[in-house]
Amino acid sequence: MRGLVVVACALVLAASAAAEPRGAGLYAAACSTCHGVTGAGRAGRGPSLRGVGALSADFYLRTGYMPLQSPSVQPERSRVLFSEPQIRSLVAYVASLGGGPPVPTPEADGRTAVGLRLFTGHCAGCHQIAAQGGFVTGARVPPLTHSSDRQIAEAIRVGPYLMPSFSTRDLSAADVNALVSYIDYTKHPDDRGGWAIGKLGPWPEGVVAWFVATAALVGVCLLLGRRVRS
Amino acid sequence: MSRVRDALVAAVVLVLGSSPDRPGDEDLDHRVVPRGPQERGAESLLLVLLGGAALAAVAFIVVYALDGIGHQTQWLGLSLGLAFGLLAAACFVTARRLVVTEELSEPYPEHGSPHERGLIEEIVHESGSRFTRRRLVKLAGTGAVGTLGLAALTPALSLGPAFDNDGLLRTPWKRGRRLVDETGRPLAAADIAEESFYTAYPRGVDREQLGAPLVLVRLPLEQIRERRDWAPQGIVAYSKICTHAGCAIALFRKPTFAALEPRPALVCPCHYSTFDPAAAGKVLYGPAGRALPQLPLEVDSSGHLRAAGNFSGPVGPSWWGVRMRKVKS
Repeated sequence: MRGLVVVACALVLAASAAAEPRGAGLYAAACSTCHGVTGAGRAGRGPSLRGVGALSADFYLRTGYMPLQSPSVQPERSRVLFSEPQIRSLVAYVASLGGGPPVPTPEADGRTAVGLRLFTGHCAGCHQIAAQGGFVTGARVPPLTHSSDRQIAEAIRVGPYLMPSFSTRDLSAADVNALVSYIDYTKHPDDRGGWAIGKLGPWPEGVVAWFVATAALVGVCLLLGRRVRS
Repeated sequence: MSRVRDALVAAVVLVLGSSPDRPGDEDLDHRVVPRGPQERGAESLLLVLLGGAALAAVAFIVVYALDGIGHQTQWLGLSLGLAFGLLAAACFVTARRLVVTEELSEPYPEHGSPHERGLIEEIVHESGSRFTRRRLVKLAGTGAVGTLGLAALTPALSLGPAFDNDGLLRTPWKRGRRLVDETGRPLAAADIAEESFYTAYPRGVDREQLGAPLVLVRLPLEQIRERRDWAPQGIVAYSKICTHAGCAIALFRKPTFAALEPRPALVCPCHYSTFDPAAAGKVLYGPAGRALPQLPLEVDSSGHLRAAGNFSGPVGPSWWGVRMRKVKS
């Protein structure tokens, strides 16, 4: 048993040594201001990255959440500032800081109905049933329109910003596959009505009916009721 | 077959054939409606509009029959809308340019004379000369109408319990009752992880009861500021029913970096009432008027979660008369 631990430690050390010096350099330049030179975090600036693993780094870098301009604002999906090889070396470097889960590989399995049920129970409270996002007190909830399958699987485990995180006990890998299937469906739903109006349901549709259609009807009535001048 | 053809021909002749002129259309000198100028242009426009409406209606039928064309719903709406729109325009043209119109004015009637008004008042007054106890009759009349009004308002009491609230204050939770998850499996303390949230129910009890569902979160024990003895290992349980309008508390906000982000909170998605799970469910924000009822927990010898008593307050939405009451188990 002890031998195994020694071997594992050696592997981790070797991995961190081999985690591309470029990763360390990029980290020092782009991340260390807030997360600390050793990745242990800095009080009032940023959390520790030890043990968050490749999964978390992959998520934050590929969504453009990081680097963050100011540590006191909510990270939002924005332009990714690193190239693909740079992201790879940064992810490897953060993973080498200690443990953490690897990058997941979800596969949409077509179980949309199961996904809908899981989404209703775990996600729709904040993200809305059409995955269009919304609000929670103190934060904006992002829409999932531009989230890739991998980013969804990563966010479920990470729980970025104010989102709760879900362990494999809460949502298994199979559950995540079903969720991904459902979220993929919400990106291109069968929109029979044509104009989705934000896919927010009957309320905005009613507002459009009342304000647009009523205005048009009143206009027509005024036109019809105007006296004919002879 | 030939009979059908005959019928069709007859119909066409009836519609298109020249109808005999009405007697007097030309002959009589005085007309009710004055003759207006004839407008062939407007008439042609009317014909075009009616034809267009017919075409659009036919298009609707065709689109409906052609199942499987792209954007079928939109085409259906467009054709039907166009048909109605053209028909409306046809009516518009007919009314504005083809039907003879004239403006007539009629003076308002004169006001009634003061003499007549006085007469009516006198008649009303004198008609009551047979009453001997006028004030009593007036009182009785007012009483009858007023009571009837009250009777009409009585059904409003069915909108909510006014006097008997006890049923709403009863909950299935009592000391020792086990917590189970959505599938009915008993929940162990080890199942509840930090940074996530869980729904729990009482074992062996109807889950549809207002007092049944719980929301569970695990917080670091040192973060819990109130009722720490109600939270074994930092696990706190609250009623899942919001105290504002009775929605399910379905949002848990969990900071990733507590130093810079809003603190953990249970949030109701309906009107964003926000409750502090670390401080006895106090309202942090939103329209809720009182704290979320907390359920004291304990961990039994097998590591499973059990209730250690009943809620700290009445479960569910608030109304006058609920805030001061005690819950019953």
